[in-house]
Amino acid sequence: MDMETDQQIYQVDVGNLLAFNPNHQFPSAPSSREELVNECITEGTKLVQAVADVLFNFPSTETSDGPIVQLPPPTTRLPREKHLPRPKPPTKWEEFALKKGIQKRKKDKIVYDEQTDKFKRRHGYDRVNDDNDVPIIEAKASDEPGEDPFAKRIEEKKKKVGKQEKNRLQNLRVAAKAGALPSHIQLAATSLPISGVKAQPKKLGKEALGDVAGLAATSTASGGKFDKKLPGEKPPKKQGKHHKYLPVLPSYRKDQNKCIPVDEEKEQTNKVLSKIFSKHSHEILNVGKAINMVNEKKEKKKSGRSSDKLKPKKDITKKKPATTKA
Amino acid sequence: MMEIRTPKTGKAKRVLEQRAPKQVETGKKTLILHGTKTSATVSSVLMELYQLKKGGAIKYSRRNENIRPFESGGETSLEFFSLKTDCSIFAYGSHSKKRPHNLLLGRMYDHHVYDLIEVGIENFKSLLSFSYDKKLAPHEGSKPFICFTGEGFDHVQELKQLKEVLTDLFRGEVVDNLNLTGLDRAYICSAISPTKVFLTHCAIKLKKSGTIVPRIELVEVGPSMDLVVRRNRLPNDGVRKEAMKTSKDKPKKKLKNVHNSAVGGQSGNIYVPDQKVGETKLPDKSKGLKRERRERKLKKEEEGSASKKLKESE
Repeated sequence: MDMETDQQIYQVDVGNLLAFNPNHQFPSAPSSREELVNECITEGTKLVQAVADVLFNFPSTETSDGPIVQLPPPTTRLPREKHLPRPKPPTKWEEFALKKGIQKRKKDKIVYDEQTDKFKRRHGYDRVNDDNDVPIIEAKASDEPGEDPFAKRIEEKKKKVGKQEKNRLQNLRVAAKAGALPSHIQLAATSLPISGVKAQPKKLGKEALGDVAGLAATSTASGGKFDKKLPGEKPPKKQGKHHKYLPVLPSYRKDQNKCIPVDEEKEQTNKVLSKIFSKHSHEILNVGKAINMVNEKKEKKKSGRSSDKLKPKKDITKKKPATTKA
Repeated sequence: MMEIRTPKTGKAKRVLEQRAPKQVETGKKTLILHGTKTSATVSSVLMELYQLKKGGAIKYSRRNENIRPFESGGETSLEFFSLKTDCSIFAYGSHSKKRPHNLLLGRMYDHHVYDLIEVGIENFKSLLSFSYDKKLAPHEGSKPFICFTGEGFDHVQELKQLKEVLTDLFRGEVVDNLNLTGLDRAYICSAISPTKVFLTHCAIKLKKSGTIVPRIELVEVGPSMDLVVRRNRLPNDGVRKEAMKTSKDKPKKKLKNVHNSAVGGQSGNIYVPDQKVGETKLPDKSKGLKRERRERKLKKEEEGSASKKLKESE
C-alpha cells in the first residue's frame, strides 16, 4: 500500500533512476545549515527508496557479478545531441533503375572463366575476362594504321574510370546538399566558386619556401655568410667550390689482380701540354671561330667610335660658361 | 570544383563513424572550461565536477578569453570546442565582481548552443572536507540516482530548466541492463527557495530489510553547494521541436512471418532450407575410420621393441 501511495506522490522515471517530489515544502525556515542538509538528505533517501522499490522488484537474472535487471526506456524527454540521421537521396543510377524497373540481383563472387578454364573472382586481381590476360588483339578493318590497340584499350579504361569518379562526386554533392553524406566522407572545395573552372594556383610548399629563402639570403654582399639565420631556414643550395683539385699523389686502381697507379693530376696536365707542344698544334685551333672573333672585335671598335659621337661630351659643358662670360 | 576527402586510417574512420548522428543516442559528453578569471571555489567546483563525471567528460585547463555565450558572437569558440571534442554539455566557470563564483551550464544541439543557465555558487563544500568510510566511495562511471524535491522545480521557469540540465548532466549513459550491486551514488537537488537550489552528492548503503528491496541509507560524500540562479536562455522553439524528435516517432518496420491472434497467441513461420543430404561431405575422421588409441599404442610398442632388438643385435 505504502509503495502505491509513494508512487502517486512522486514522479518516478526508472529508466533514468530519477525521482521528483513536487509537493515537498520545508515545514519552517531551517535555523541552521546542518538542519537544512539533514532535511534534504532524509527527503532524498525517501525518493531513492521509491526508485529502488520499483527497481528491485523487476525480474532479474543472476550473474557472478550480481543481479542484472532490464531497465525500461527513460520517460523524461531530453533533447537529442545531434539531428536524426537523414535519409540518403537516390543516386542517378538508382533513379534510373527505379524508372526502368531494374532490380538488383545477387551475383556470384566467383565465376567460370572460359579463357583459362578456371573459376576466378568476378572483380579485382586475377579476375574473369581480364583484358590484361589477352596477349593478342585481332586486327579489324576499322583499325587505323599506326595506332597501338593496347594503349587505346588502357586509355578507354582510364576514361571510363574517370567518368565513374565524376558521377560519384556528383551523387555525393547531391547527398551533401540533403545533409546525408556518409560519416567518413567530407567534400572540400578545391578552388573558389567564383573563379569557376580555373584551379587556384598552388601554394608554395614547405620545401620550396625554404629553397627560396636560402636563395634570397645569398643576395647580400657577403653572400649571406654573416646574416642571422631564421629558424627553419636552410643554407643556400649551391655553395661555392667550382674548382676541383685533383690529388697530387697517385691512387691505385685494381685491375685483374694488378695494382695500376693512376695519377689523375699528372694525366690532366700532360693532356693539355701534349696538345700545345704536339706537331700538329695548329690543328687544335678552331680557325673559323678565331676569324669570327677577330671580325667581331673589329666591328666593335668601329661601332665604339660611332657611339662615342652620340655621347654628350664633358668638354661642352665646361666650355659653355666660358662663352657666356665672353 | 570539389574534392572527396576520406580518412586515411581505419581508426580515423571509426572515430568519424562514432561521431555521426545516430538513430538512438546513448550519452552526452561534458566539456569543462575556465574563464579568464576563476576563484578557488569555481576552480574546485570544475575540478570536482570533472571527477564525478570522469569517463564522460573532457576538461580544458587553459583560460578562455572569448567565451561569452549570452552575448552575440561569444559562442563561436565554444561551438568550435564542442565540435572538436564531440561534447554536447558544457560547464564554464568564471569569477567577476558582478557575478562572483559563476558557473554556466549549457547544452548543445548539432554543435550549436541549445540552452543556457547561469548559476552562482554559494556554501561550497569540497569532496575533501567530508569524512566517511572509504569503502562507500562511489565507483567511477556508475549510474546515479537523481532526486529532485521542492515545488520550485514544477513552477519556476528557471528551476524547471535547471532540473532538465542537471538531469542531462548527471544521468550518464542510457543503458538497457543494470547491475543492481553497482548502484552506489545519488545526486540530491532540492529547491530551497524560488532561486536557490541545494545540490549534494551522496553514497548509497544498501541495508537488509527482510524483503527483496533493501533499505537505503544515504551518506554525504560531497561535493555539496547551493546554486543561485542568475541568467538563463531557453531554447528556440523551432530548435526545441527538432531536438526532441526521437526514432520512436517514426513508424516501425513491418514484422515479417509473425502472426498474432487472440486465441492462438503469437505464432511464426520458419523457412528451413533444403538439407541437400547427397552433397554433404562426411567429416574426415569419423569414428569408424579412426584407429583406436589402444591399437596405436600396441603398434608403437611393437615398433619400439623391434628397434631395441636391432640395437641389441648391434
